[in-house]
Amino acid sequence: MIRQYYPILIESLQVILVLLGGPLLVGWVRMLKCWTQGRRSAGLLQPMRDVTKLFVKETVLAENASWIFRSTPYIVFGATLMAGAIIPVVSADLPLAATADIIALVAIFALARFFTALAGLDTGTAFGGMGTSREMMVSSLAEPAVLMSVFTVSLVSHSTSLSHMVHELTTVSFVLRPSLAFALLAFILIAIAETGRIPVDNPSTHLELTMIHEAMLLEYSGRHLALIEWASMMKLFLFASLGIALFLPWGIAGIDDPGMLPVALVALAVKLALTGVFIVLVETGLSKMRIFRVAEFLGMAFLLASLGMLSYFILE
Amino acid sequence: MSEKIQSALKAFGEKGSVEIDGAVKGAAAYSVQADLFAHAGRVLKEEGFRLAAEWASDETPFGRGFAVHAVYASAGDYLIIKTEVPRDEPSFQSLTKYFPAASRFERQINSLMGIVPEGHPDLRPWIKHEDWPVDAWPLRKSFDGNEPMPRMSGDYQWVMAEGEGVFEVAVGPVHAGIIEPGHFRFQAVGENIINLETRFGYVHKGIEKRFEALSWNEAVKLAGRVSGDSTVAHTEAFCVAAEEASACTPPERARYIRAIMMERERIANHLGDIGAICNDTAFAFLHYQFSILREKVLRTNKAIFGHRLMMDSVCLGGVTKDISIAGIDLMLEEARSVLEEFERLIKIYENNPSQEDRLYNTGVLTPEMAKLIGAVGFVARSSGQNMDVRRDRQYAPYDTHALVVPVLSSGDVHARAWVRVEEVRESYRLIKEFIGSLPAGPIAAGWNPPLPGASGFSAVEGWRGEVIYWVSCGPGGNINRCMVRDASSVNWLSIEQAIHGNIVPDFPLCNKSFNQSYSGHDL
Repeated sequence: MIRQYYPILIESLQVILVLLGGPLLVGWVRMLKCWTQGRRSAGLLQPMRDVTKLFVKETVLAENASWIFRSTPYIVFGATLMAGAIIPVVSADLPLAATADIIALVAIFALARFFTALAGLDTGTAFGGMGTSREMMVSSLAEPAVLMSVFTVSLVSHSTSLSHMVHELTTVSFVLRPSLAFALLAFILIAIAETGRIPVDNPSTHLELTMIHEAMLLEYSGRHLALIEWASMMKLFLFASLGIALFLPWGIAGIDDPGMLPVALVALAVKLALTGVFIVLVETGLSKMRIFRVAEFLGMAFLLASLGMLSYFILE
Repeated sequence: MSEKIQSALKAFGEKGSVEIDGAVKGAAAYSVQADLFAHAGRVLKEEGFRLAAEWASDETPFGRGFAVHAVYASAGDYLIIKTEVPRDEPSFQSLTKYFPAASRFERQINSLMGIVPEGHPDLRPWIKHEDWPVDAWPLRKSFDGNEPMPRMSGDYQWVMAEGEGVFEVAVGPVHAGIIEPGHFRFQAVGENIINLETRFGYVHKGIEKRFEALSWNEAVKLAGRVSGDSTVAHTEAFCVAAEEASACTPPERARYIRAIMMERERIANHLGDIGAICNDTAFAFLHYQFSILREKVLRTNKAIFGHRLMMDSVCLGGVTKDISIAGIDLMLEEARSVLEEFERLIKIYENNPSQEDRLYNTGVLTPEMAKLIGAVGFVARSSGQNMDVRRDRQYAPYDTHALVVPVLSSGDVHARAWVRVEEVRESYRLIKEFIGSLPAGPIAAGWNPPLPGASGFSAVEGWRGEVIYWVSCGPGGNINRCMVRDASSVNWLSIEQAIHGNIVPDFPLCNKSFNQSYSGHDL
């Protein structure tokens, strides 16, 4: 009986984890940040409260907003949740992971970004246009780098299916692989850019002129904004767990191993907490870089990813 | 009279005569014929003077027409040139040919007093917006400030840029942060700014007009509210002008206490600004740490002077609050703890390459441009202009306590931050010196209204820079006209110049490094 429903159960668990994990991770990062700056924090649940508050607030639409603007929040939220359904967060035995591989995953994120960019242009404000042009600059540089980085992992695990990759990496004995080290470094740089964290973008700024991601969202309010904010919190969670799944998969429950699930959950919490500490250390020690430096920064990520791939062929 | 002024008068004298204007106290003052007003400007420009302020006054209560005044400065010398303007079809010769700073002063005179500057290339209204009737001139005596006005509609002619890929970004007047309102319009190609046009006036409160309806003691309070962050500087500048006009000398102790308060205001604002600059580069850690230091200073202010910003602590003839022995101990203790923490934070600020990358070579105001505009205060000092009213004018107690004026020449965001770092150190040193030689005695002298027709001029170094007041007494012993010139009135011109060649996302950082007052400018 339980065997029969196990795939559905694990998939639902995963989706709930992603939905709640996003706001919790962001709350954790903000908490740590407050502590490092000598402030009192608003607590772990504040991002969740913010989202709930936005859901009950009135949604204001610009007069000339088209269907693109109105449907984008749902597309972005849906795409992100979809991505959440295929990244093995706690178990490699994820039924939906078979439907899409890592290339499709990158494409799903690109779809969300594509519609956000269109929505930024849709209302015709100067800020939306500026944000879109900047976001496109960042993504055009980040996407090749992210593909290079995950391909290195694919080479090591001989697959592009996430479920298979994680299974492969957890079952082989631990070997220090220079290719994976390079790919991990590249992945960290890209994740910072993709999730709009310091030093690439500043998620907590109020200065419209300096924004990248937020500039596209300035016209959003109410439930639309809630969905987009929630999606971007989930995105941070997903990039963190994707990094964990690809580079530190130990602890993730293997195929046909439901007994490992509680351990996997604890391991995930610990790893995410440490990721949060890492994010805060970077954000406390660095200023946001000048926008044209982002090209150099992502160029560096691409270079590292390429080195990872080369070292796989040369050394392994 | 200083040699500079004598030489200027000699150069001027070749063309016509100047008359000493004996009614003005606090600065050398002369009146010239209307047709020599611009000539005087040209001569003074050649002699190395800058235009510090230009304003008009309505002399109806004395049975005359209008008068236009220009004050020129060179080091510590201030020279006021006045010309009479007839009541019918009033106009005067524009000084814009010689001084770019005259541009906005004269637009303001045109908008608010209705006197036309002849030869001015840009007569769009300034401060007064298009929903005012064109012929409502609030500074004229015939204008009743209590009467409601009809709301008009009109368009403001913005500077336009055309070309392939040029687009406009309009920011403000309402901003995302809790800051004052001002409109910034960028013409940009991609991220590169090709032009910035600023527009202010959104917080025009009619302060100069209001002064004329108040008693002298009420006026002191109003001066303290021109710009809340420089309340001590403005109150002191107003009081000094009024004291000059009525030949009142505040006691020594009062002057020391005023100076201590001025330095404390400087420290508090500089601390806040250095932190705010860090916040704009997303280096939030330093922002909060500097906020804590500023808060410490404000709390000490509250304990000693009864107000966090030390509002209403300066009065005509002296100060309202004395400093007790306990207050001195409190200040010394604060100086020790704040300075220690300050130096630690400055080390972090200095040793952060990512911070350095953002601040160096951003928003450069060249020394030539700063001189041409006539910038003042820390903005001028970070662009190679060696000026500080405290040192140059040697008003008490700075006449007996030498101060070091930091001057940097790079004119970028870093320079504007670093001049402030040096000034915080210097101000704390000065405060300790002042405390060490604080004279005993009364804290205020009796003050009587000036004689009708007399006027007083003052220039003091606020934390933003030179604050100038000129106040004249009417026939009934009341205030006939009070001219306020905050450092912002000239320094706002410099941001339009400093932003050339920068990218749009660097503007907030540049703007923060100037941090000029909107309220002090709009009045």
